[in-house]
Amino acid sequence: MKKTLFDKIWDKHLVHEEDGKPSLLYIDLHLIHEVTSPQAFEGLRETKREVRRPNLTFATMDHNVPTLNRNNIDDPISAQQIETLIKNCEEFGIKLFDLNSPYQGIVHVIGPEQGLTKPGMTIVCGDSHTSTHGAFGSLAFGIGTSEVEHVLATQCLWQNKPKTFEVNVSGSRQKGVTAKDIILSIIGNIGTAGATGYVIEYRGEAISTLSMEQRMTICNMSIEGGARAGMISPDEITCEYLKDKPNMNNLKEMKKEWLEFASDEGATFDKTLSLDASKMSPQVSWGTSPGMVSGVDTRVPNPNTEEDPVKKKSLEDALEYMGLKADTDIKDIKLDTVFIGSCTNSRIEDLIAASKVFKGKKVASSVNAIIVPGSQLVKYQAEKLGLDKIFKDAGCEWRESGCSMCLAMNPDKLSPGERCASTSNRNFEGRQGKGGRTHLVSPIMAAAAAINGRFVDVREYDIDLGDY
Amino acid sequence: MEKFINFRSKPTPLNSANVDTDQIIPKQFLKRIERTGFGQFLFFDWRFHDDGSENPDFVLNMPEYKNSSILLAQDNFGCGSSREHAPWALRDYGFKVIISTSFADIFYNNSFKNGILPIVVDNDLLSKFFKFINDDSNYEMDINLNDQTIKDNLNNEFKFDVDAFRKKCLLEGLDDIALTLEHKKKIDIFEKNYLK
Repeated sequence: MKKTLFDKIWDKHLVHEEDGKPSLLYIDLHLIHEVTSPQAFEGLRETKREVRRPNLTFATMDHNVPTLNRNNIDDPISAQQIETLIKNCEEFGIKLFDLNSPYQGIVHVIGPEQGLTKPGMTIVCGDSHTSTHGAFGSLAFGIGTSEVEHVLATQCLWQNKPKTFEVNVSGSRQKGVTAKDIILSIIGNIGTAGATGYVIEYRGEAISTLSMEQRMTICNMSIEGGARAGMISPDEITCEYLKDKPNMNNLKEMKKEWLEFASDEGATFDKTLSLDASKMSPQVSWGTSPGMVSGVDTRVPNPNTEEDPVKKKSLEDALEYMGLKADTDIKDIKLDTVFIGSCTNSRIEDLIAASKVFKGKKVASSVNAIIVPGSQLVKYQAEKLGLDKIFKDAGCEWRESGCSMCLAMNPDKLSPGERCASTSNRNFEGRQGKGGRTHLVSPIMAAAAAINGRFVDVREYDIDLGDY
Repeated sequence: MEKFINFRSKPTPLNSANVDTDQIIPKQFLKRIERTGFGQFLFFDWRFHDDGSENPDFVLNMPEYKNSSILLAQDNFGCGSSREHAPWALRDYGFKVIISTSFADIFYNNSFKNGILPIVVDNDLLSKFFKFINDDSNYEMDINLNDQTIKDNLNNEFKFDVDAFRKKCLLEGLDDIALTLEHKKKIDIFEKNYLK
């Protein structure tokens, strides 16, 4: 029988199955961070349970670490959470990339960087953007804290088998249309619950030609379409990216095994959607959920054209929160802040592309732009390339790594009413700070918005972005 | 986990779709290292004004819904972040059942693990429930998980679906990890072959 990538990984990890019950899956890699793990360790202590496989578990601190003066955490509750993680990792023998490690960073940036993420694996983390790792052809998904405790104790997880959803993106992108614009277009198309109950496999020419970092951007936002996970079949690009990473022994043998996980030609999916990348334009979200998005060359929608009363109310609420009038030209929206960072768009290719837009330009005087690399290693790479100098010369702030203003658990946050062009993944009310207004965009759209103080169509820029 | 028992309550009609976990429990309250005490922060930015006073227009603050243990919400409830703090906050506040047309996957899972029953109904039925409670704030529902029924004080009876295994876990208050450890031998054998 012809099998999909998902089917192959599922079958390989089945420990136990029974009719009418969820299946017990073996977990290859468990990533943890300071926010969703303390109660799980506390549970283990209360029940006197051990961590079954500490060597398959890795920890970092990212969600509430400061990006300035990182060794001095002002918020005592944040500091306690970080201290608690250090203590838990010591007690249970788990490898931790702490604030002093040159490899610390956002959990979904450092997994692939450290060669921990590989094709064919099952990967979980108490964070919904775990879907990022699916870019390597792994089955990776976010779990709650009870499940974190469960995986720590048993290295397994009960799962109801999700259905499969093929999203086929054909055609070639226009210059200035990035992986971020593809995934925002997909979410705009299917809606925020369009893939609930499914695992998406992204396929087609516009996907298979993407670099690994761009594929991570796509898979990262699967959850914003409601999907359990997002994945891409491993290919030569996957293997090429992994070959220089740490922990890669027997590369030749592993490569053969990895490529076998790719979906078989002719394998069938429970649902299929086809989109054409050549028709996509740079995307800007205008509302309070990631599905509320449209091209930079369009206008903010008008709720009066919506007939469904629930949808109409959602639109009205969103525009009110965002302080936007219906039918406003997207390019007339003025910004106060620009944030380039997050597990969606903070890798070296993102920063190189943004630096090309900033080079020789100045951030508008009305805008505060901050750039937060995804990991200390990305920061080091960027500085070696002199990107930090380009950003600083343009008037941007250059920070230490962490989740930062994606969810504003650390001191980086918006004030009420402040409007931000952000390369992160969620534009929910208050996500970047209470009353803050978020517009999701790609790194090059964010950079162009920083320079102009409002959204501009980055396709009009005459710069060489390479394959970005 | 506490066993799920049958009960009667009026539902709280939260007329919003795509309620995300950032709204259910804003991130400034994720820094605690316990599982309890989150109820006071539930829907914080909607419940309270900037000066800390209650927002009287928000449905949870209306006196008629103060003791409700059933939450009605529009489509795609619990989307976004995987934070289990969301069901911890709902449970701690007093909600035991959430009724909507759909739930985000991770939130749905997390709810069952914390003794909360998420019930999926179709659009027509959800609209009916909203209408009943909006027409008469004395409207009440009886939730019976064993029979999988919602009976109301208008003498209606509605059936709902729930996965048999999850139902058993809720009714018996089973500890997930203990259940899994019953399969320890199987895990050992799998692991021995798999990790070689």
